[in-house]
Amino acid sequence: MTTAVQVKKLTMVQAVTDAMRTMLEEDESVLVLGEDVGINGGVFRATDGLIGQFGEDRVIDTPLAESGIVGTSIGLAVNGFRPIVEMQFLGFIYPAFNQLMTHATRMRQRSMGRFTVPMVVRAPYGAGVKAPEIHSDSVEALFTHIPGLKVVVPSNAYDAKGLLIASIEDPDPVLFLEPMRSYRSSRTEVPEEKYSIELGKAAYVKKGHDVTVLTWGAMVSDTVKAVEKYEEKYEATCDVIDLRTLYPLDKDVIAESVRKTGRAVIVHEAPSAGGVNGDVISVINDTAFFYLKAPIQKVTGFDTPVPVYSLEREYLPSSDKIIHAINMTLSY
Amino acid sequence: MLERFPITQYINEEGELVRQDIKEGLSLDLIKIFYEKMLRARMMDKKCVNLQRQGRIGTYVQYEGQEAAQVGSALAIEEGDWMFPSYRDHAATMTFGHSLRNLLLYWVGRIEGGIPPEGKNIFPPAVPIASQLLHATGAAWAEKKKNTDRVSLVYFGDGATSEGDFHEGLNFASVFKAPVVFFNQNNGYAISVPTEKQMNSKTIAQKGLGYDIPSIRIDGNDILAVFMETQKAVERARSGEGPTLIEAVTWRYGAHTTADDPSKYRDQSESDRRRTTTDPLLRLERYLKQQNSWDEEWLASIEQKITDEINTALAEMDDVPEAEIEQLFNHVFEKPTWTIEQQREHHMSIKRGQV
Ligand SMILES: Cc1ncc(C[n+]2csc(CCOP(=O)(O)OP(=O)(O)O)c2C)c(N)n1
Repeated sequence: MTTAVQVKKLTMVQAVTDAMRTMLEEDESVLVLGEDVGINGGVFRATDGLIGQFGEDRVIDTPLAESGIVGTSIGLAVNGFRPIVEMQFLGFIYPAFNQLMTHATRMRQRSMGRFTVPMVVRAPYGAGVKAPEIHSDSVEALFTHIPGLKVVVPSNAYDAKGLLIASIEDPDPVLFLEPMRSYRSSRTEVPEEKYSIELGKAAYVKKGHDVTVLTWGAMVSDTVKAVEKYEEKYEATCDVIDLRTLYPLDKDVIAESVRKTGRAVIVHEAPSAGGVNGDVISVINDTAFFYLKAPIQKVTGFDTPVPVYSLEREYLPSSDKIIHAINMTLSY
Repeated sequence: MLERFPITQYINEEGELVRQDIKEGLSLDLIKIFYEKMLRARMMDKKCVNLQRQGRIGTYVQYEGQEAAQVGSALAIEEGDWMFPSYRDHAATMTFGHSLRNLLLYWVGRIEGGIPPEGKNIFPPAVPIASQLLHATGAAWAEKKKNTDRVSLVYFGDGATSEGDFHEGLNFASVFKAPVVFFNQNNGYAISVPTEKQMNSKTIAQKGLGYDIPSIRIDGNDILAVFMETQKAVERARSGEGPTLIEAVTWRYGAHTTADDPSKYRDQSESDRRRTTTDPLLRLERYLKQQNSWDEEWLASIEQKITDEINTALAEMDDVPEAEIEQLFNHVFEKPTWTIEQQREHHMSIKRGQV
């Protein structure tokens, strides 16, 4: 006899809450900390209801101090807890950068494994929701550059729950980036039970033959739309790959797809310079160089600050640009 | 600490002058100027909240209830001085000379919104909490090095005092005796977190003790107290005596921003009560009535004047042409890098459909 898996349709932000609730229920050592995460349930409601269920000893409204939150979480994590820290917005993580860079991510090596920091830092990020300045920064590459930190970005509710549970269970620090634009833009079926999705594994969003399009976060749905438009008009078809973990990258899936298609386009909304596109290109060089039929194309934000909202649509990679890049690689 | 840092008041909630020593110098004209400036700030704030509800501007950060703190302190500095606002301090910036047009443009997500009028040293509003305290200290330090008597006035909330930058700002200012006035608006909440959960100390003023910075606590809804005490701090700074920390105790009536729902974390009836008790405008109205100087005609005329000014600014906002795409690429560096040039070229050619 099989028991039917209970599923419900959730938005991504609800799935994030669901993952935290699941882990708070299962593991006494899991804590949620951050600004406004308690009574208010977080400014995006990602922690809604948790304080009611688990109390203020486990869902903690902290003082307004990012370095303080991350720094004390390092101490909590080293000493037996599993903190899930909420940064109100990724653009406000900069005061905590020092703690992440100089301590959270090096503790294991500095103590040769004696002290470890099993901690998750969650942060909403990305442009396209008309937020005030600084709120929309897409600076994932600052963090993929920190040795000792995993960087995870879901693009839908199902992945968000599975990846967040895996991040909480991970024995090392994880930065979990939540694309604000995707928080409530769609619903996916999410099992009520606990499940996890292995970190470091990309997913095929759709399969094709001629071009590999690699992306993550909120750009996944934009990319799929652009690719669908493209495929309606032209002969060729695309693999669309959601990288899901930006460090470490899934080199197997990237290699498999690019070896098949011989062509690659990378789409991300962050600035190009020093961006994750460089790491993806490096993986392709290492694993699929001799299969390439054209130079790799990239479609990114500009090397400029994310603009205030009157111009943010202009900043985000458009359908036209994605289609243009696919054409470029095919017509090479 | 509460006894050590009592709340200084000049005019109480009933509108009575509680500091008889200033009676001599206190003119009704000054009170009327205060009233008019606060009314102007309040009407502008209400307008902005309405515009947001109509979808004509984006998320907006309101300050209703905090007019005395912002207007009174802004009136205590003069042209040539520096002002460092946070995202909530447009009553201060508009009082110090920021144009209403640009204020509106800020909230429609235009870069122009942060640009102060020529000759006015007003920084664009600081969005990251507490970061501006260090800029204010640095600018004040520069004035000191240049041997001028210019000062910095910097605004921040109660939540900001938890950030490292607050402590670093105070410490630098103290070490280098920088002519800066740290103006805290303790409005009771940092979004949903009440001051008792933000800090275990009873006052913010006492935090100055650790840095040997003279610190005071004032009734932030009493514009006279705010103006006079800020003026004293400004004078101290001008005369080379270094920084002061002012805690102005106040209250925000509304939500943290138009995207926030305060009923989740506090009882809004407290705001209703305060509208009839501690309100900064009502207090001056009561004072003027006691002096037999309240004049409905005068009120109607200043209301009309302010309405006209706001409508003009609105028309100017509507008249501003759409943001130029070039703005994305300009001013990142003095001279754009080749990457930015290439991105600009590529972007424009895709837009023109040329590729
Ligand atoms: C470094 C940083 N962290 C978090 C935020 C998000 N945030 C915006 S306003 C705010 C509360 C600030 O409270 P307070 O300093 O008391 O000022 P108030 O808004 O009450 O004027 C928070 C947490 C931010 N802007 N910057």
